[in-house]
Amino acid sequence: MLGLNSRDLKLFLLVVAMTMLAPILLNPFPADSALGESFNAGYPALLQRFVIFGLLVIGFNILFGLTGYLSFGHAAFLGVGSYAAVWMFKLLSYNVIPAIILSVIVAGIFSVVIGYVALRRSGIYFSILTLAFAQMMYAIAYSDLVGKFLGTIVTNGETGLQVYADDPQILASPGDPVLPHLFGLEMNAQTVLAVGGWEFTFQFGYYLSALVMLAGFYLSIRIFRSPFGMMLRAIKSNQTRMSYTGLDTKPYMLAAFVISGCYAGLAGGLMSSMDPLTGGERMFWTASGEIVVMSILGGVGTLIGPVLGAGLIKYLENIISKINDGILHQWFAFMPDWLDNLLVTIIHPFVGKGWHLTLGLLFMAVVIFLPGGLMQLGEKIAALFGRKTKSDDDAKTGATEPAE
Amino acid sequence: MDVILVQILNGLDKGAAYALIALGLTLIFGTLGVVNFAHGALFMIGAFCAVTMQRFLNLSQTVIDETQTDFLGNPLKVEVPYVQSWFGEAAGAAIQDWSVPLSILLVIPVMLFVGWAMERGLIKHFYKRPHADQILVTFGLAIVIGEIIKAFYGANPIQTPMPSAFIGTIDLGTWLGMDPGAVAYPMWRMVYFFFAAAVIAAVFAFLQFTTFGMVVRAGMADRETVGMLGIDIDKRFTLMFGLAACVAGLAGMMYAPILSPHYNIGMDFLVLSFVVVVVGGMGSLPGAVLAGFVLGILQSFASMNEVKAILPGIDQIIIYLVAIIILLTRPRGLMGRKGVMEE
Amino acid sequence: MGILEVKGVNKRFGGLQALGDVNLSVAENTVHAIIGPNGAGKSTLLNVLVGKLIPDSGSVMFDGQSVLGRKPHEINQMGISRVFQTPEIFADLSVFENVMIPCFAKRDGAFRMHAIESTHHEKDIAEQAMAILEDVNMADKRDMIASSMSRGDKRRLEMAMCLVQDPRLLLLDEPTAGMARADTENTIQLLKDIRTKRGITMAIIEHDMNVVFSLAERITVLAQGTPLVEDVPEKIKGHPKVREAYLGEAQV
Repeated sequence: MLGLNSRDLKLFLLVVAMTMLAPILLNPFPADSALGESFNAGYPALLQRFVIFGLLVIGFNILFGLTGYLSFGHAAFLGVGSYAAVWMFKLLSYNVIPAIILSVIVAGIFSVVIGYVALRRSGIYFSILTLAFAQMMYAIAYSDLVGKFLGTIVTNGETGLQVYADDPQILASPGDPVLPHLFGLEMNAQTVLAVGGWEFTFQFGYYLSALVMLAGFYLSIRIFRSPFGMMLRAIKSNQTRMSYTGLDTKPYMLAAFVISGCYAGLAGGLMSSMDPLTGGERMFWTASGEIVVMSILGGVGTLIGPVLGAGLIKYLENIISKINDGILHQWFAFMPDWLDNLLVTIIHPFVGKGWHLTLGLLFMAVVIFLPGGLMQLGEKIAALFGRKTKSDDDAKTGATEPAE
Repeated sequence: MDVILVQILNGLDKGAAYALIALGLTLIFGTLGVVNFAHGALFMIGAFCAVTMQRFLNLSQTVIDETQTDFLGNPLKVEVPYVQSWFGEAAGAAIQDWSVPLSILLVIPVMLFVGWAMERGLIKHFYKRPHADQILVTFGLAIVIGEIIKAFYGANPIQTPMPSAFIGTIDLGTWLGMDPGAVAYPMWRMVYFFFAAAVIAAVFAFLQFTTFGMVVRAGMADRETVGMLGIDIDKRFTLMFGLAACVAGLAGMMYAPILSPHYNIGMDFLVLSFVVVVVGGMGSLPGAVLAGFVLGILQSFASMNEVKAILPGIDQIIIYLVAIIILLTRPRGLMGRKGVMEE
Repeated sequence: MGILEVKGVNKRFGGLQALGDVNLSVAENTVHAIIGPNGAGKSTLLNVLVGKLIPDSGSVMFDGQSVLGRKPHEINQMGISRVFQTPEIFADLSVFENVMIPCFAKRDGAFRMHAIESTHHEKDIAEQAMAILEDVNMADKRDMIASSMSRGDKRRLEMAMCLVQDPRLLLLDEPTAGMARADTENTIQLLKDIRTKRGITMAIIEHDMNVVFSLAERITVLAQGTPLVEDVPEKIKGHPKVREAYLGEAQV
């Protein structure tokens, strides 16, 4: 069905179910319980981030996972996508459709140019070139250098680009919402379902992003299983043999780079659609680093791994950075005071503002012990229980299965 | 003429910092074959050693000064730094004043230890892993080091004053027969440049004139053969890493008065230093130094108002622009050798 | 007029004349071996043929078209496939994928954006790939990851990858280098089978005289970058110039 083999189809349907039910699944605790306040993740702002970053790393995975080319400047495309979308809001109207379309096109154009140059080199040189391009674009956006050059606003520098009341918005009609909407349906329109002590929020913006992410995920499965995907893995494996087999690696690489850039642009467009304000820091190299971290953490080269990685990082970021000493004391209240204080002192540097420390350590641990990321951990656990491993790694078994 | 000279001078100190970091990166890459994304963090540790030294020297005890009274008529309590009570007031104050240069006493052992711990504890397990893994694990380490520093010193930049003797400028122009005031150069930057030049010279002399250095250079040319000669490469690798860490630490320590250290300073410098290494040519020590100075000076020219009037913001992107052009026209960098980091 | 015509090729590396006025003609539908002592310029010549090196002067024509200045993938698309001294295969991919890729290259050319279609649905390609795997007796290994195979199997796989493209000229660079006796015999047999079944033109660069004399129909002897003799195997065996070239080397 859907042109997928049965295992991919199962995976896809599972992801569909998870994203559709996420507002419920991620709110396992009653809303005003202590656990709920700390661990519930089913609120729209966070859910949006799950799917948007998920989309971003799905695209990154097509480049890094299949071809092995490590781009350290991928956030640049996210950034241009965001700017493009906000410009559409400013010029046309708050309708998200033109914004999202333009964000993909603009990111595509940028990735053609950058890819054409950066792909002339490989290995670490490619990483540094992409990093250099991204940093350059960050500097340009953050100080609005293009704007200064042209004598107008392009990125609006440090303030960030946003929509003002006197913007033309030529397609907007008087009754339109003054926030991003889809033909009148506002992004932040939501219904709240209260069941007992539980509260589930279903937000339109989240579901729109989720649908886009699912479409992106579906496309990435198709790409992974296509001859094109096989060529990309062949490039990762042996470029010499590629060219002596009569295949030109350059257009394949460029296509992968551009597809990957378009995914990032799409994610940027969605980000602006959820919150029509964007700034240069979205392109800073730490943002690119985060994309890499997410993919590695989840398991690069696998279909679902990077999405899990993105989800985990965004979840932990929200949960861990919310924890403060007060909450810790609350948790350890049952212990003797000295133990309570000791534990709080030990944990303190790793939570709240120290969340990046936890992230750094977690990331290092994964690179050192689990080069295959969470997916590898899953396989190991499955193997431990004696089950046949079910990796979705195409390289091993997927592509050689008989056709459905 | 004097305008050009001023810009060259302005570029020297930053260029020197780039050169020192890039030198360490190249040493590590050339000998150990490891791409170290945590090298900026080592620079930062050096800078924070200077901060620590300053704080340490300012540790005070409260003593009761019988000769003075406060407004209630009680003997006045004053804070007297320990160094002043140990070495006498004048000598103590002088020591405090010279805290940045004095922190070399702290930097060298700390950096050697950090380098040793990093190499033995982490890096050595990554010699055989792909470069991408090395980049990733050292990137993770850089985050961790930065966060640890943040936990201890907070997120704000910490001012670290230079010795008062070096505050102010030297009028270099008058030495060269120009008008007084034409080329005024901050003294500490001058000190930084000479310090960096001395460190670079020391590293090159070490590599050139010692047996150890000879082995290292041979190792950079052909690692496998040197390994086969029965030379204990492991110990030398560790020491080499410690040395590279020291160079980065010293660079950071002396830079503290120029740029107040904060926990992200390492990352800022790392990105640029990597660009410097690549422009200089992966694996080439003279290339790293040359590219460091060239890019530092170029950046300084690009920040001239006359240039910025034509191309606003060119100072912020010039390094990346140059890096891209060089990598495309001279794929191996300015002085790179064939076969380094190539499939 | 041979399918491959090398005329007056010269190549210098600094002070070393690697190739000096090489003329060579490989006739269609023959096995042509190029032999010679170490350092005779065999590998340099091969690299010139596949576009990796550009000669200082001279021409290399394949089927009336120059191969000089073309990229390796273009030369392959002209119909020249190459087997390397150390097998170049896609080590991380399965055996079946390894042979499918050249099938795609043959059918779709140097690049095609077939990103949506599933690999499974390419029935023709799969059949071709299966057929060649059966030809080289590797059908049972189709799901193995290529890197986990023995060296001999890797070599067979590489040959299968070249053959499946039906090349008009197959270049073999010391196909039995580093092989045990039994593997060498197998490879000779494999090449003979290919020869009889498919009638592919082959140019073999080889050290092992046993291989050369069991396969070649014509032999060119290269020494110090210049062809000494070109003749049928029977006449090469006792040729004084050839003996001199090899014995000369032996005395050093």
